[in-house]
Amino acid sequence: MNAVETKNLTYKYSVGTPFETTAVDDVNVTIEKGEFVGIIGHTGSGKSTLIQHLNGLLKQTSGDVIINGRNIWSKDVNIRDIRFEVGLVFQYSEHQLFEETVYKDIAFGPKNMDLSPEEVDKRVREAAASMGITDDMLERSPFDLSGGQKRRVALAGVIAMEPQILILDEPAAGLDPIGRDTVLEKISEYHKNSGTTILLVSHSMEDIVKYAGKVLVMNRGRLFCYESVDNVFSKSKEIQMIGLDVPQITRLSLMLKEHGVDLGDDIYTIERAKQRLIEQIKGKQEC
Amino acid sequence: MLKDITIGQYFPGNSIIHRMDSRFKIVLDIIYVIMLFVAQNFMGLAVAAIFIFMAYGVANIKFRLMLKSLKPIVPIVIFTAVLNLFFIKGEGNPLVDWWIFTIYWEGIETSLFMMIRIICLIVGMSLLTYTTSPIILTDAIESLLSPLKKLHFPVHELAMMMTIALRFIPTLIEETDKIMMAQKARGASLDTGGLMKKAKALVPILIPLFVSAFKRANELAMAMECRCYRGGEGRTRLRQLKASPIDFAVTALVLTVFGFVIVNNFIF
Repeated sequence: MNAVETKNLTYKYSVGTPFETTAVDDVNVTIEKGEFVGIIGHTGSGKSTLIQHLNGLLKQTSGDVIINGRNIWSKDVNIRDIRFEVGLVFQYSEHQLFEETVYKDIAFGPKNMDLSPEEVDKRVREAAASMGITDDMLERSPFDLSGGQKRRVALAGVIAMEPQILILDEPAAGLDPIGRDTVLEKISEYHKNSGTTILLVSHSMEDIVKYAGKVLVMNRGRLFCYESVDNVFSKSKEIQMIGLDVPQITRLSLMLKEHGVDLGDDIYTIERAKQRLIEQIKGKQEC
Repeated sequence: MLKDITIGQYFPGNSIIHRMDSRFKIVLDIIYVIMLFVAQNFMGLAVAAIFIFMAYGVANIKFRLMLKSLKPIVPIVIFTAVLNLFFIKGEGNPLVDWWIFTIYWEGIETSLFMMIRIICLIVGMSLLTYTTSPIILTDAIESLLSPLKKLHFPVHELAMMMTIALRFIPTLIEETDKIMMAQKARGASLDTGGLMKKAKALVPILIPLFVSAFKRANELAMAMECRCYRGGEGRTRLRQLKASPIDFAVTALVLTVFGFVIVNNFIF
């Protein structure tokens, strides 16, 4: 079964005022269960608006959103249940922290699910561990932590609800390189251990190719393409045309291609480029 | 959502009214309000109403937006109308006399009169905020209040505080929206349950909002200090307020209408 499906999803802001704009324009996409999808696009390309539809925080102007086979706006679906199924972590999620202690803050989501206290405790500790939050941190005030730590607490707060689909809006934005790697590394680990479907919004193509299996590119509210990481760079030229970056090594391989050294269209890691290059050189020597 | 709040919302445009000197706009708006209260009969009120409708036409603001500005005062309008309807005692026979309710012709007249007056009042004030950006509005207020400086009233500081407050209203609304969304995503239910539960549900929203508002205030103060802000003494402005022929022409028009309303009071 598909985890997420959108049909002709369209969303307009400020309908009926001079500020009316179409933020998401006729998006059709199907995401399978257990997938790790990277969502990339320009500022204002509609990525954030798109993901807010997936747990019903925004209601589409037209079209349908189907989560685990259920249309989320049909009458027999309680939208709160959808929000527990689809966990959404916002940009700069540390701004949502409010409790006296880290523990209580992480417990906020599970408590809203009316779980037993033992279950809440178990989930809080598991989620904290998965995000690398130590036991002594749990008793501290979230406002005393560093930026990267706060971010991980906010992530744990959503992970503790054990959603089947986890959506992360720029989880690494504004962190230093170490904080960035830690957060992304923890998310990737969590994906491997839990098999949760993950949608990761990012500005950085490098991050996406490193962690995601598939890439969804948004451009001006429209779905530009939805491809596996291996295939997406056959469109490198077009991706650069809409103003997005491709990894450095992909750019290099494009330049090499122009000079007659074709390494293939699926170069996005240094290892693969190196391997192909060695193959080519060996091939030439054998001739 | 919270974004739909329209009071004080500015709709950019390039009409004569948009381009008018905001000081004139404020003063003329005050004159218009006085005019509404000077008018003693339907004729005068009708002239005032038609005038403001025409002004909306000139400013190219949609009729729907005008109605939107009226939405919050609907209860007040109805309350005033009902009160006048039943409590005004007229001469002659009542039109309706049933149980404790008596309605006279004068009652109907007065309540209609009051309704039109309140509606014109709000519509007139909204025109000012629809066509003038809040920042320019505070500039104008500062300029209009500047005589008070002689009395050592901190006019500039007041205007600066107003500017900052106005500037941050949309920011704070956006932020509240975001925090609400984030907590909703964690299963917070904001609109169900009793009063206590609702009040408790606000905690996860208000605390992050306060934390970030204080942080913002702190950062802003720091940024202002870094740029050597030290109050109004000797500051020049980016936007100079200048009166143009249009302003005088519009003023003449408003005064003519005002004159007509006064004369009209004596004639009819």
